Amino acid sequence: MKKVIMGNHAVSYGVRASDVKVISAYPITPQTQVVELLSEMCANGELDAKFIAVESEHSALTACVGASAAGSRTFTATSSQGLLLMHEIIHWAVGARLPIVMSNVNRAVGPPWSIWTDQNDSLSQRDTGWLQIYCESNQEVQDTIVQAFKIAETVMLPVMIVLDAFFLSHTFEIVDILEPEAVRPFLPPYRPARKIDTADPHSFGNLAGPGEYFELRYMIEKAMEDSRAVIERTDREFEERFGRGYGIVKPYRCDDADYVLVTSGTVASTTRAVVDAMRAEGIKIGSLKVRVFRPFPFDEVREVLSKAKKVGVIDRNISFGHHGIFYQEVKSALYGRTNVPVTGFITGLGGRDVTPAVIRGIAEKLIAGTNLEPDINWIGVKI
Amino acid sequence: MIEIRTHGRGGQGAVIASEILADAFFREKKFVQAFPAFGVERRGAPVVSFTRVSDGEIRERCEIYEPDHLVVLDPVLIETVNITVGLKRGGWIVINTNRDMCGSGLCDAYRVATVDANSIALKYGLGSRSAPIVNTAIVGAFAGATKLVGIKAVLEAIAEFVPVRKENNMKAAEEAYKSLIVVPKR
Repeated sequence: MKKVIMGNHAVSYGVRASDVKVISAYPITPQTQVVELLSEMCANGELDAKFIAVESEHSALTACVGASAAGSRTFTATSSQGLLLMHEIIHWAVGARLPIVMSNVNRAVGPPWSIWTDQNDSLSQRDTGWLQIYCESNQEVQDTIVQAFKIAETVMLPVMIVLDAFFLSHTFEIVDILEPEAVRPFLPPYRPARKIDTADPHSFGNLAGPGEYFELRYMIEKAMEDSRAVIERTDREFEERFGRGYGIVKPYRCDDADYVLVTSGTVASTTRAVVDAMRAEGIKIGSLKVRVFRPFPFDEVREVLSKAKKVGVIDRNISFGHHGIFYQEVKSALYGRTNVPVTGFITGLGGRDVTPAVIRGIAEKLIAGTNLEPDINWIGVKI
Repeated sequence: MIEIRTHGRGGQGAVIASEILADAFFREKKFVQAFPAFGVERRGAPVVSFTRVSDGEIRERCEIYEPDHLVVLDPVLIETVNITVGLKRGGWIVINTNRDMCGSGLCDAYRVATVDANSIALKYGLGSRSAPIVNTAIVGAFAGATKLVGIKAVLEAIAEFVPVRKENNMKAAEEAYKSLIVVPKR
């Protein structure tokens, strides 16, 4: 059934459809409504799950680790400072190979205190071994939560679904709500090969010496690599069943494009409107949304961008002392394979609005090629 | 695409008003989007929220700077906030007021409709005398003035979005729909 709902509730409905058994989370702006609706669903029986209320995000993810290790399908939600407080356990979930799914509402990190969107919170977790998927609409958020459980439980790695603060979390739009009965054949109950079970005792999280640890890290990377095909297959199966697919990347009007803007999150959506407006004026421009950030879609990015004359990457984040993070990743995907010039643009930090005019300004700057720094161009900074 | 900006004060229900509007248009098969101007809302402080309506997919995910129409829940805002900034010429301004807005100057460039949403809200027990909740009434008035969306869809959206006193909220919207005044040009 189609309803007009907020992005945070799209997360909750995705969790409901996925027949999750344990939820532990701590409220934080701007993700609070995710947890509110889920606790309501648990209380009224709409969702047959145990809701574990805790005193911090560190405990929330720790509770998820325990529940997942005991064989339950497990979910948590957080944002910004909360995600950072989880950091130790973020690593733990990966090492323990637990298919936990988390939604993170992208919110800038303090100080100064901010509740508005940028990507530095989730991107600061990029080397932990969580898969990361960035969404641009409430529908995609709901559907990706469901896909995430299937992917996580296939490769035995946790998955983070990322959505922009306010521009998705608090934006109401039409979502075709998935019902658990319809999802069940797509996502059968979670049956792990190994779990904490007093009737069948095993050792978990034990000491691994230099003779074993190395191989366990290799296996995490192997699982990450294997996840590429799993993500693709899961998305395809989802599309066959529900009529909606999202891809690992989403190229838009790139086939004959001289210029391509690389985007993520809600900026990807606004950029498509700009692409159409500029195309109408005869400018050969396209856009490429990077949906899956971990594992990074090297092949897909290379295939689309190597045909362009100029590439601009829009980053709503900054790696201090380096450049925009998507820019780094795109460059590393292209290095040694193609000579297409790539330019980085930083904008929208701390929720600064990325309007069609801002994006158009970036596109025009890229095309003109004048007053362009090679790696990092701050767009709209008032200093 | 139709872009609507709603001005109110924290506690009046401006954000819910923009959501009800979106839901009403959705019931008439439009694509919709509604969201608040993101801030740390306080009771009584000026707040802004937005609604986008389109026949096709809405891709713009940013605030609205050049709205087609305005909804104003508190007439005092007209004196304290530049409510018409960016408003397109000829756009509707639907204002909650019992005053005659004929001499306000707004009618020169815009179409203005007024409704005494405070009195209507109080009549149906919505909010208190010092803080009436006028969002459902003003949405009814918006439908009546602009004719962009039907009152039936508005009433259904209220039933969906308002958690309490659904009946009274629907009656308030219907009364506002019928009692609004289109302010004549000077």
